[in-house]
Amino acid sequence: MGTPASLATSDGHIIKTVDLSKTYPEMDVPAVDRLCLEVLPGEIFGLLGPNGAGKTTTAGMLTTRVVPSSGQAIVGSVDVIRHPSLVKQLIGVVSQQNTLDRSLTVRENLYYHGLLFGLGTRKSRQISDELLEKFHLANWGDKSVFALSGGMAQRLMVARAIFHSPAVLFLDEPTAGLDPQSRLALWEILEDLNSKGQTILLTTHYMEEADQLCNRVAIMDHGKILALDSPENLKKSLGASAVLTVRLDGEKKGFADLLEREIDGVTNCREIQGGLEAHVASPEKLLPKVISKAEAGGYSVLDIGLKEATLETVFINLTGKDLRD
Amino acid sequence: MAIAQVPTRTTLASSWTALGALVRRDLLVLKKNFGEFVGRTLMQPLLLVFVFLYVFPKIGQGVGGGSRGATGGESAFATVLVPGVVAISIMFQGIQSVAVQLSQEFGFTREIEDRVGAPCPIWLVAVARVLSGAAQGLISAVIVFPIASVVHARGVQANLSFHWWIVVTLIPLTCVAMTSLGLLLGTSFEPRNIGLMFGFIVLPLVFLGGTYYQWTRLAPVEIGSFHWLQTLVLINPLIYVSEGMRAALTTTTHMHLYIIYPVVAGFGVIFMALGLRNFARRVLS
Ligand SMILES: Nc1ncnc2c1ncn2[C@@H]1O[C@H](COP(=O)(O)OP(=O)(O)O)[C@@H](O)[C@H]1O
Ligand SMILES: [Mg+2]
Repeated sequence: MGTPASLATSDGHIIKTVDLSKTYPEMDVPAVDRLCLEVLPGEIFGLLGPNGAGKTTTAGMLTTRVVPSSGQAIVGSVDVIRHPSLVKQLIGVVSQQNTLDRSLTVRENLYYHGLLFGLGTRKSRQISDELLEKFHLANWGDKSVFALSGGMAQRLMVARAIFHSPAVLFLDEPTAGLDPQSRLALWEILEDLNSKGQTILLTTHYMEEADQLCNRVAIMDHGKILALDSPENLKKSLGASAVLTVRLDGEKKGFADLLEREIDGVTNCREIQGGLEAHVASPEKLLPKVISKAEAGGYSVLDIGLKEATLETVFINLTGKDLRD
Repeated sequence: MAIAQVPTRTTLASSWTALGALVRRDLLVLKKNFGEFVGRTLMQPLLLVFVFLYVFPKIGQGVGGGSRGATGGESAFATVLVPGVVAISIMFQGIQSVAVQLSQEFGFTREIEDRVGAPCPIWLVAVARVLSGAAQGLISAVIVFPIASVVHARGVQANLSFHWWIVVTLIPLTCVAMTSLGLLLGTSFEPRNIGLMFGFIVLPLVFLGGTYYQWTRLAPVEIGSFHWLQTLVLINPLIYVSEGMRAALTTTTHMHLYIIYPVVAGFGVIFMALGLRNFARRVLS
């Protein structure tokens, strides 16, 4: 069978982009700016960034829905720009909104997706039943999709997206708007799929999600990648393993200087509402030290705490702003 | 199941099966809603023939007639109206099954998303919708025609005669052209503007589309000696469809077939081309 020869090499990567850019018509700044990404088979890869960072646009370009302004993108050795129809054989997409077919039942949503991807009637029927079982939707097979809760609809969308065994599963903000329980359930599903070899690219603005799920994370803002590594390495790169918060009365700037000067490994000390926040290299015996320095300096500490560094800390460190802003 | 990391089928092969699946999905939905489909299809034609061919003659207000009893003119009007009713039924089917639905699927429901993810070119998704819409148009022509030709007052009788080769060529062509119009309208109007579409496009098309009168009889509407209405309505595709149905279903006078066929086909091609362009624009950004 004559499938077109593979194009530019993706050297073992299942997704590769080179200087991929998108500037929407009548916008003066690019939504995605010379993005270079490489995703390995079997990874869960996360695009983490605040609203407007360009995550959906990036996913859109890789899933053939957004036409890139320049650059290259390869998915599973197929050039996305030149052969969008071929790429669609290789990808499964769960988009941000509910896109289930309202005229069909839950089972039919799966079954017709199978036919759409050329799986044949018998195979489509069989896979539909398997997926309904696997995604705990078996009792809902003959119901209208209107009957599904948000979490169930999301599961059905994931089931539909993996129906044709795509090489890459794309999910755009898959847990935005889900209740915490449904979110956990979806994470479990994604981890399970991944353990069986499913490559996943997801976008999110929840740092817990990126931290928990992803093998590697690209932190995006203003269409650019600011950092790209495993969540552990990203946090290590901070040179900080924890975040210290101190609430105190009175003058904060002086105390900040004092901390950075007097205690080894305290960096990035900045004022926050009612106190200070600082990155610390090692939390070992830190709190007593901070308190004694404060007493010696005549500052009165109201509250003091340590929390683990998160990807949010990394993001703040990179951009100086909060992920949720 | 093993996960293929490269495409295993040609675009041609995967497009072909996708097209089949898209049409099957639409026909399944049609089957599920068949009662509603029939009701919606029959309502307008039934009301038209009931009022014009039953009530009007009964109350002595028959179109084309005059006084009670003189039904010759009324029958002539029935002969004009029945093919016209088939014509608007086909057009409404195109608008209902393609324009209204597509506009919704593009709008708040976003149902179009999964279908445009099918492993085929995006335009094929729109073509599939036109094909299934055309099939619905055919079905509606088949159910409207007998109903339209039996409802009438005693003595008022449409003078019908089948021209088979015109029926089997022109009706399918018309169905495709009218659903292509539906594609163009559905991809041009946001769901919240559907009312505008009906008011400013569909209604003028219907009333100036020769459903209630023959194009060949419009000449007396003139300013000076300029047959302005007869000329103006030539931009209305429904004129050719109505006249075509008259050619197919009656022996009454009609526009020449060698005008009807190419013009209906031409409109179909233009609507389809613009509709596909709009469709791709709405799907891709
Ligand atoms: N269809 C569009 N037309 C114009 N601008 C767009 C469009 N989609 C997104 N944008 C703009 O591109 C930027 C990136 O958006 P997006 O990719 O949706 O970000 P994210 O998914 O990270 O929130 C934003 O500034 C957004 O306003
Ligand atoms: Mg987004």
